[in-house]
Amino acid sequence: MADKQAGVLIVDDEFSVRDSLDGWFRRDGLRTGTAKDATEALALLRDASWDVVLLDIKMPGMDGLELQRKIHDIDPELVVIMITAYASVDSAVKALKQGAFDYITKPIDPDELSHLVRKGLEQRRLRTENLQLRNKIDELSRMDRIVGESPPMLKVLELVGSVAATDATVLIRGESGTGKELIAQAIHAQSRRRYFPIVPVNCGALPESLLESELFGHERGAFTGAQYRRKGKLEMADGGTLFLDEVGTIGLKTQVDLLRALETKEFARLGGTTPIKVDFRVICATNQMLEKLVEEGTFREDLYYRINVFTIHLPPLRERREDIPLLAQHFLHKYALQMNRPFESIAPEAMNLLVRYPWPGNVRELANAIERALVIGRPPAVRLPDLPVHLSRDEAPPAGESLAEIEKAHVEQVLRDSDWNITRAAKRLGIDRVTLYNKIKKYELVKPA
Amino acid sequence: MSDRLDVLPIYVDGASPLIAGLVERLERSFGLAPRVRSPWFDAETGFDPSRGQYNSTVLLQLLLRDPTSDPAARVLGVTSVDLFIPVLTYVFGEAQVEGRAAVVSSFRLRSEAYGLPRDERLLAERLEKEAVHELGHTFGLVHCHDPGCVMHAATYVEEIDLRPVTFCERCLLVVRRAGIRAR
Repeated sequence: MADKQAGVLIVDDEFSVRDSLDGWFRRDGLRTGTAKDATEALALLRDASWDVVLLDIKMPGMDGLELQRKIHDIDPELVVIMITAYASVDSAVKALKQGAFDYITKPIDPDELSHLVRKGLEQRRLRTENLQLRNKIDELSRMDRIVGESPPMLKVLELVGSVAATDATVLIRGESGTGKELIAQAIHAQSRRRYFPIVPVNCGALPESLLESELFGHERGAFTGAQYRRKGKLEMADGGTLFLDEVGTIGLKTQVDLLRALETKEFARLGGTTPIKVDFRVICATNQMLEKLVEEGTFREDLYYRINVFTIHLPPLRERREDIPLLAQHFLHKYALQMNRPFESIAPEAMNLLVRYPWPGNVRELANAIERALVIGRPPAVRLPDLPVHLSRDEAPPAGESLAEIEKAHVEQVLRDSDWNITRAAKRLGIDRVTLYNKIKKYELVKPA
Repeated sequence: MSDRLDVLPIYVDGASPLIAGLVERLERSFGLAPRVRSPWFDAETGFDPSRGQYNSTVLLQLLLRDPTSDPAARVLGVTSVDLFIPVLTYVFGEAQVEGRAAVVSSFRLRSEAYGLPRDERLLAERLEKEAVHELGHTFGLVHCHDPGCVMHAATYVEEIDLRPVTFCERCLLVVRRAGIRAR
């Protein structure tokens, strides 16, 4: 409130009370307003912004309690302090139940008044700050971080939208690098739990004994090296979302404990007996065939059914090639900004290769390829030689087996790699320019637009 | 407004060392030459029998309407009685912001009020701080966030003891703009 003069509205039917409080707060450097009844108060509330309202409970016409309800409807964040005589402390308690910040009895002790108004202003500041932060979170969660316009991806986004509002357990399946964690974050960000944390646990990255203490936490002395009590991820996710990545790698013993914790939302830390109650949503992700693991006996069937309530399949990148240009542009802008490199575009032949490559490492591999290109390439455009060499090697083999067909494909590839620079391509092919022109004519090769 | 200041003792002996000391200290603080004179009004008008205290707002009005008062001078009432404003249990003093009247009470500035032995030196010091503070309001000053400024708000007597009798630089500038050679 330091940058702007805080406003106190005084509502009391007695002139002397209004007058003396007005003078008191003006000497305190506050902006003041006075109203003798509810009608005047409501008009002032409409016309100006206030931080604290001092409201007399007993007034003719609409009384303080009724006015407080109306004020709450206008601005629920407004701090209301009720003024009451000793006789009406019961009404003050009622006012507190209705959401008043506090009450003060007449005659008011100056210490108490200053203290209460300072506290009220601080609360108002914190509430406003809190609201701004919530809006910021909402804004950030609305930001479209999942890039894709292909029908399979639109279907995924539709599923995310419909499941986010529920509290159902979600299983995200997809190959490595398809963006399972991003989908989990999107579900969390659109859920009512978004103001609480999403706590990711990479189950595959930890040996079983460590994973157990990571999930459930431990008491001091639970095992050698447990010098302090430590909260586990389940506790940290309280109110929010627990994201279990690579859920198929969890060992059988931990699966038992996890299943119990998921079902009862209650568990004890390692080495402890006190049950801890938690409330979180579970999102799991896997790139394994869980059904096969169940058959083999390495994944408990009951846990499988517990987590497999709502499934989202993330398509591999090769099945949504139409998204590749969009994703490539997205990563280009992202990394150009991060590295402060003035890259603006991807040359057509480079894009051509990006679209044709099968991307076994999916979106993660594409992101890495673009990042690498920005490191080694020259702005403003990413060109074919900037992309990793294996991209051209792993390209689908040319159709046909005849020497002519292979020659045609090879000449075309070298031309592409040389940006259709005839001299450079001829040099790489070990032939002269005239021969190359003849081959272009013979195979009817056309320079891409 | 002129730089004249009338000091009106109310239920205090105008010739007492307390008033003499205050006048001397105000001269030092503001570079003013305060004139001490007896009030012509009946301060009992401000007495509230139900509370056993004097309404400081009423005293301010009496100070402003005093027929002998110079309308161009600031007027400071100094009293030994306990003051209140209607909604509050007590006040140390009251003043018009950017006005010309202020009133201060020594009642709750006395150590005896807190069960401590009488201390005339401390009382004089507190009274001076309160008088400078209330007069500061008449120059348009509001409570200052700087705890090292006499305009810092005080609701406990201990807070009066903590703050100095001088203005911070920013508040001093406001007083000097009014043509007062304050320190």
